[in-house]
Amino acid sequence: MNVNDLVSNVNFLPWLIPVGPLLAFFVITLVTNRAKMVVATSSEYADHNHPGYMGLRVPVSSVSGRILSITVGLSGIIAAWLISLTVVGQALAVEHLGESEVFGSTIPWMVTGISTFNMGVLVDPLTTIMLIMVPLACTMIFIYAIGYMAADARQARFFALISLFAGAMLTLVVADNLLLLFVGWEVMGLCSYLLIGFWFEKESAYKAAIKAFTTTRVADVIMMLGIVYLYMMTGTLSFRDILHNEVMLSVLANTPAVLFGGLSAASLIGIFLIIGTIGKSAQFPLHVWLPDAMEGPTPVSAMIHAAAMVSAGVYAIIRMYPLFEAGGNPHHGLLTPPLMLMAVVGSFTALFAATIAVAQNDVKKVLAYSTISQLGFMMAALGIGAYIAAAFHLITHAFFKALLFMASGSVIHGMEHGDHHVQHAHGHGHDDAAHDAHAHDDHGHDDAHHAPHFDPQDMLNMGGLRKTMPVTFITFLIGGLSLAGFPLITAGFWSKDEILADAWKGLTEGFGPHALVFVLLAVSAFLTAFYTMRQIGLTFWGEARTEQAKHANLGQGIVSFTMTLPLVILAFFAIFAGFVGVPPTFPIFGSIFSPSENPFFEFVKNTLLSEQQPGELTFAWFPVLTSFTVALGGLGLGYLMYWRKPLQAGETDPMVKILGGLYPILKNKYYIDEVYVRVFVKPSQVFASVVVVRFMDGRIIDGILHGIARVFIWIGDFLKLLNMWLIDGVGDGIPEYVAAFGAYFRRFQTGRVQQYLLWVAIAAILIALVFAASSGWLVQASGG
Amino acid sequence: MVPLWMFLAVAAGVFCIGAYGVLSRRNAVAILMGVELMLNAVNINLIAFWRYVEPLNMAGQAFAAFVFVIAAAEAAVGLAIIISVYRSRRSVIVEDVDMLKW
Repeated sequence: MNVNDLVSNVNFLPWLIPVGPLLAFFVITLVTNRAKMVVATSSEYADHNHPGYMGLRVPVSSVSGRILSITVGLSGIIAAWLISLTVVGQALAVEHLGESEVFGSTIPWMVTGISTFNMGVLVDPLTTIMLIMVPLACTMIFIYAIGYMAADARQARFFALISLFAGAMLTLVVADNLLLLFVGWEVMGLCSYLLIGFWFEKESAYKAAIKAFTTTRVADVIMMLGIVYLYMMTGTLSFRDILHNEVMLSVLANTPAVLFGGLSAASLIGIFLIIGTIGKSAQFPLHVWLPDAMEGPTPVSAMIHAAAMVSAGVYAIIRMYPLFEAGGNPHHGLLTPPLMLMAVVGSFTALFAATIAVAQNDVKKVLAYSTISQLGFMMAALGIGAYIAAAFHLITHAFFKALLFMASGSVIHGMEHGDHHVQHAHGHGHDDAAHDAHAHDDHGHDDAHHAPHFDPQDMLNMGGLRKTMPVTFITFLIGGLSLAGFPLITAGFWSKDEILADAWKGLTEGFGPHALVFVLLAVSAFLTAFYTMRQIGLTFWGEARTEQAKHANLGQGIVSFTMTLPLVILAFFAIFAGFVGVPPTFPIFGSIFSPSENPFFEFVKNTLLSEQQPGELTFAWFPVLTSFTVALGGLGLGYLMYWRKPLQAGETDPMVKILGGLYPILKNKYYIDEVYVRVFVKPSQVFASVVVVRFMDGRIIDGILHGIARVFIWIGDFLKLLNMWLIDGVGDGIPEYVAAFGAYFRRFQTGRVQQYLLWVAIAAILIALVFAASSGWLVQASGG
Repeated sequence: MVPLWMFLAVAAGVFCIGAYGVLSRRNAVAILMGVELMLNAVNINLIAFWRYVEPLNMAGQAFAAFVFVIAAAEAAVGLAIIISVYRSRRSVIVEDVDMLKW
């Protein structure tokens, strides 16, 4: 098989999709990450400075390093994008992709005696739609990062890490088995740690990174248990073999689980995998990492919280949906435990996060909670069996959320620009050279010169930005309306409406979970629209409330171009992406966009076995009216409160008065972080420092080592004594004895001949006697 | 005839007197005299046994003749040594010639 075959055969192409970004990561890290060393206190490094550096020399990306890294990074992701488009093009051309035919190939990866574990790639309808969204969103984010990180001291490293991130996400998307998916999952977890803690000198950043990693890790361990159990039960982890296989699914559904006897194996595995997503996609109670993850640079937030990581969580549960449904039938109200879990957790989280978002003042935190809430929507949709709706919402959400995050990043960038302008103007001219290469996000300015610490992300400091940042305003507005589900013309509306319609159908048939989902999601949608309007109003409408906001803009040139172009492109998708999923029975729009069938619906449903596919919904007025009402109602309320009479400088947020005692609770996120610190973090820190370090490591392990050392020292001493007494004693004693004997015995040698002769005589007599005795003469002589 | 044992007793007696002289006399010349006595006693023994046991075999007489000659030679040499020792040590007392002691 030669290279031509490889590239032209669509079954092998998906292997190449993650290769681009992953290769870019290695190349950037090893080759193009050129840096020059500067003193840590210099202006180029100013905002990253840390007392621990004490004026040491630190690396700053050189210009050549930046250009090369950007080029390599962009080429990687664009290559992935182009290959994805090729694959997608081929996939869309196939009739009924997924039913019997899918693209993909496997290689035998681990031969374990009897069986072989294969790794491979799979392109079925679900993968296809992910391949439309993910590379596009990632490419936009990469372009955005060129401008956004242009002044950062470590831009090359940034591109390396987001390339790795994109590579991991693409691996996850094209994977054909749960293990490869998990590999991509974990690499993304690592990258989230590296990227959230990108500005690692900042305490809040590195703490947030650790929080993200450990929280998702907790969930990942449980997910791993689920994967292991699944492998034990089935001997394979391949999606097609398990999920597109009725026999396998029914076996899993009918086998009782190893633990918690009442559940079937499928349910237990399902619950474990869902817990993995609860961690990764930040659902309650493992949502705590996501708002803190805003410490990372904005392109990271866009990537993690829109295009990649949280989407991966939802993608995983959408992928494993047939397993969750096995044994039940959500379309007839029979929810299996995993589905119930998803419906409850998802809808609860949606409402929970929406309530918190209402009271937040940081522009990125609002979006963070909004993401949590929207992911709750998706999970709840999946819980009640609205498979296609959940997938649809995943795609549209990725587009408008990435857009919103990047637009908010532009806002923050603009505000910092304004802040520099203010500092300049007030004559705080310390190092003027630095102000042209401005520093960036969230670290605030370490100058002792201006007393109140200016937070460029606080919406209460903004206002009136529509005048100085018009493109950002329009795109933010479009994204926000899409998020709120503005009727008919935004993508968000179509996906959200489909979820509500599915829930409504279940409600009319009297299914409890569907009713719960419908009510909670409708209320959440109302709050979503409200806080979105509040956010846009506070940020863009009215007049600037601070000096910094008055001068906030992105400037000219390539930086602002790379930061606005992606916004425009994504805004286009935020509007038009919804029109592929219009139900054909919808009045007017149905006949325009879906004359014969709902294209998105028909395409994606073939991922599932025909028994599990949801049926096409007939049009019902109530859910549509509900969608209209909540969206317009929320937007309207927000308009009344924040647009008609925009907030003036120094005024307090009207929400404070309206919510009264509830406001502090919402602002502090129901104090859940504090509870976790008390219950989990502090005890484990105490455990670590006291039990593990002092006791286990200090006493036990060191004790063993010291004990062994003592034994050997004792042995040494013993052998030393042995040596002294025994060996030296004997070895020296014998010669000494011999010498002593000799000294005694030589006195015989007197030199006097007569004495010698005397001895001779005595000896002669003795010998004669012996001789005589032995031959018996004595006897004879005395006898005879 | 005189019984053999008388000869032997005489020879033994002479021998012992000679041995006693060798072992206890201080003067080197006196020791030599003792040695001569021992040799003569041996001769007496030899001749007695020749005459009484096998008189026809001339070996007895020859043996005795040898002993005489050797005794004489030995006395001469011994005296020469004594003279040499006297010349270097100025003394003939054998107790004083103890340079080969330890």
